[in-house]
Amino acid sequence: MAQLVGGIATSHIPSIGKAIARGLQNDTAWKPFFDGYKPVHSWLDRAQPDIAVVIYNDHGLNFFLDKMPTFAVGAARQYNNTDEGWGLPVAAPFPGDPAFSWHVIESLVGDEFDITTCQEMLVDHAFTVPMSLLWPPAGSRPVKTVPIAINTVQFPLPSPSRCYKLGKALRHAIESYEKDVRVVVVATGGLSHQLDGTRAGFINKKFDLMCLEKIVSDPEALTGYSAHDLVRDAGAQGVELLMWFAMRGAMTEHVAEVHRSYHVPISNTAAAVMLLENSSPLINGVML
Amino acid sequence: MKGYALNKMCFSFNSEANREAYFRDPDGYCDKFDLTPQQRLALKHRDVLELLEAGGNIYYLAKWAGIFGMNVQQIGAQQRHITEEEFKELLVRAGGD
Repeated sequence: MAQLVGGIATSHIPSIGKAIARGLQNDTAWKPFFDGYKPVHSWLDRAQPDIAVVIYNDHGLNFFLDKMPTFAVGAARQYNNTDEGWGLPVAAPFPGDPAFSWHVIESLVGDEFDITTCQEMLVDHAFTVPMSLLWPPAGSRPVKTVPIAINTVQFPLPSPSRCYKLGKALRHAIESYEKDVRVVVVATGGLSHQLDGTRAGFINKKFDLMCLEKIVSDPEALTGYSAHDLVRDAGAQGVELLMWFAMRGAMTEHVAEVHRSYHVPISNTAAAVMLLENSSPLINGVML
Repeated sequence: MKGYALNKMCFSFNSEANREAYFRDPDGYCDKFDLTPQQRLALKHRDVLELLEAGGNIYYLAKWAGIFGMNVQQIGAQQRHITEEEFKELLVRAGGD
């Protein structure tokens, strides 16, 4: 049977992609940020996932307002990136796993998530930048991928609670797949930032740190927020926390936090990466 | 809904040929979309707050801003009526709070 080996959440800021393209990882300004991914690389080397389910938000590359799904799941042999309009180099195609995608789709619909299926799907920086961050040598990326897009472009957005439940349904889907594959769930976006309006540049470190803490120890406490609450407290684009909640929903009730780093600012954004493993509760200090 | 045509035009700027066509002849390019006078004026002013007011969505407007090489710090500074340097300082300060 398939095994969910871990959950990772990371920012997907376009300027990170530009820094990677220019080879600035060891530049003084960038090194502390990129160093935050080294523990994740070591973990990925050990965990050896075969498939990455990447939960992200499209920014107007694949989807436009003419047809805007709340949740969309890729079911393609390959996912292409293309020109987004502001100079990010186009990434090489990412291999998919249609058999696994269709299993996930059947399972999600069976669990009453009436998602949109995409047999062709362009993936934007919110997918490609995290892939470059997690598996830096582009030629040796060892995983197949399943993109899951959550709408954060046009209200109404799904609630934190709904995204958390989507994650739970995703875990059910992964763990009911018959093949012996190792799956990592990757969420991308956030943390606090706002690009538009007179509040542009808004960053809320206190709220971010609270969310990071609660995602590990008490995620259900965050499901009481509405998407509008997230806009208020994390900024209009900080609502991308929705993806983090979906990833957390895919994990078991108790998790071990393997790694976390938080860095302000990258471009206009509070950047973060978090790596979780499923764990058992401690009873009298003993892991069951 | 009021921003649909404006956002649709900005969505077309995923294509380099369309970005070049707009840059060469903004008025001619706008003619292909059913823009309101308010939207056309906001585009002419290159004013992001006006474009938002006219229904523009920042995810699509970013593609339009890219045509002029505007980055997100410049977009932020313009909306807050401060300089790019002041805007960057504000971001750095947010990390220290």
